[in-house]
Amino acid sequence: MGLKVPHTTNYLTEHFGDDGFVSLKGYEAQGGYEAARKALTRMQPEKLIELVKDSGLQGRGGAGFPTGLKWSFMPKDEDRPRFLVCNADESEPGSFKDRILLERGPHQLIEGILIAAWAVGAEKTFLYIRGEYSEPARVMQQAIAEAGESGYLGQGAMGTNFSHEVVLVRGGGAYICGEETGLLESLEGKKGQPRKKPPYPAEFGAFGMPTTVNNVETFCHVPHIVRRGAEWFRGIGTEKSPGTTIFGVSGHVVRPGLYELPLGTSLEQIVFGHAGGVPGGREIKGVIPGGMSMPILPAAELDVPMANESLRERQTMLGTGGIMVMDDTTCMVRVGCVIAHFFRDESCGQCTQCREGTGWMEKILNRIERGAGEEGDLEILLDVSAKMEGATICAFADAAAWPIQGLLRHFRDDFEMHLRHHRCPFHEGFRL
Amino acid sequence: MVKAVKPKKAAKSGAISGATRKRIAEEMQKFPQKRGALLEALHLVQEELGCIAPETARELAEIFEMRAVEVMEVVSFYNMFHAAPQGRHHVHVCTNLPCSLRGGRSLLRRLEEHLGIRAGETTPDGRITLGREECLGACAYAPMLRIGDTYHENLGVELAKKLLDSLE
Repeated sequence: MGLKVPHTTNYLTEHFGDDGFVSLKGYEAQGGYEAARKALTRMQPEKLIELVKDSGLQGRGGAGFPTGLKWSFMPKDEDRPRFLVCNADESEPGSFKDRILLERGPHQLIEGILIAAWAVGAEKTFLYIRGEYSEPARVMQQAIAEAGESGYLGQGAMGTNFSHEVVLVRGGGAYICGEETGLLESLEGKKGQPRKKPPYPAEFGAFGMPTTVNNVETFCHVPHIVRRGAEWFRGIGTEKSPGTTIFGVSGHVVRPGLYELPLGTSLEQIVFGHAGGVPGGREIKGVIPGGMSMPILPAAELDVPMANESLRERQTMLGTGGIMVMDDTTCMVRVGCVIAHFFRDESCGQCTQCREGTGWMEKILNRIERGAGEEGDLEILLDVSAKMEGATICAFADAAAWPIQGLLRHFRDDFEMHLRHHRCPFHEGFRL
Repeated sequence: MVKAVKPKKAAKSGAISGATRKRIAEEMQKFPQKRGALLEALHLVQEELGCIAPETARELAEIFEMRAVEVMEVVSFYNMFHAAPQGRHHVHVCTNLPCSLRGGRSLLRRLEEHLGIRAGETTPDGRITLGREECLGACAYAPMLRIGDTYHENLGVELAKKLLDSLE
């Protein structure tokens, strides 16, 4: 079964309904690789980095770091080989946008990679795809071969003296490899345990060489920016968060799916206007706005524009734009149990706060759900989560702590009812 | 640099085929250090042999000039690699939050009943290993499961049972 075509289209996904777009010919027919030609033949790398800086493009892998700035960190005037890494290890629960970008627009991604490679002077890109994504990997492998045969990749790309190669790497199934230095370790054939920073990847990246890591979607925006300019890009979205992104809507909605929309579109508009609201005449209880590691918002806060500057004011973030909608049958303690189980299972075990903290959180949440919660459990949960935050090598511990804090911030009643009645008061909704 | 420890007995008649060894050698060329090809090698070997048993890890260690324990360490870190034989078909049901909200957990329970095994177990005839899996990036098409490399999405329980029954 293939992916559904998004219900609304925009520049990234405009041609995804057309099967031909997957092929090089189909992509070229829509003006594909013109931006790369422009960049490689008429733009100096510094100019290109300035353009991406001016566009205000922020990374779409979760952290929202400015892309042009990241590119500018690559050391100048050095003759060490330098690499680019495309992070296609999409595994944030609730996020499934990169999958469609890989499957339906492989050449758009390759073009973005090629332009970025020119900007940072990389000779090789490692395209790291999560191992479970067999179909996206197959599509990408074919597109890479096509792009090589047609002279876009390989020696003397597009008649210039720039050469670039894309190497596809299959992951082994580990959430932590989405963290950029965990990915780099994995790429080197090791356990995907994140590295201490500094040094940052621009200085010491893949195999110790200067490396820039960007998310799939981030690369895909680049050809459009080169083709149409920074001003055009800034005309979409909000002043601080320009461009579109692909929101993935799942959970209790009539039309779950992918929706490419300008950043700053209200959560309400996405959930009701695009995804059709909640089925069965139910009410919304809460919505996770940006993938499972981002704190939940209660129904009363759906007016929030989906951009980091406004989501931060509500103590959450855009993350990967994975929107999970929960109706009023949902037990938020069970939601907490599912979240805590995931993070306990996926913790790489390197840092004590994370390894132990994720286990404690899961244990306490499970006993609350069973009706065996004890007085003070909620305080312990908050205490453990606070001690995990910011105390570890990577942001995984934050990602594990925040959603539990969010549930307690907005749905403390659910937890207290469990403690008071020594059982779960919710009869509907999913069972653990 | 970790020195490779030579196995006591030279594993001349190893389980990894010549064709796979050749592909591993090709993969090594793509990386600045040959260890970069280890994950791909594990995929290739597992596709050929079904799992990465300790003796296979020793063979791989020799190929990669590393210690067998380092290979096993990588095998055990990643969900997709197995040190012990699995069923002929791997069925993975996603039970993460987006799938749970749309019936992923009840689907898994019904399949457990249907096969008479629990998640993580293999049917006595060695036909199916049933597993629960974390998010597979199919959140809008839940409930879903993966059989080997193939995703099956928007599944009803009956359809899923039929799918499992059709596996040889």
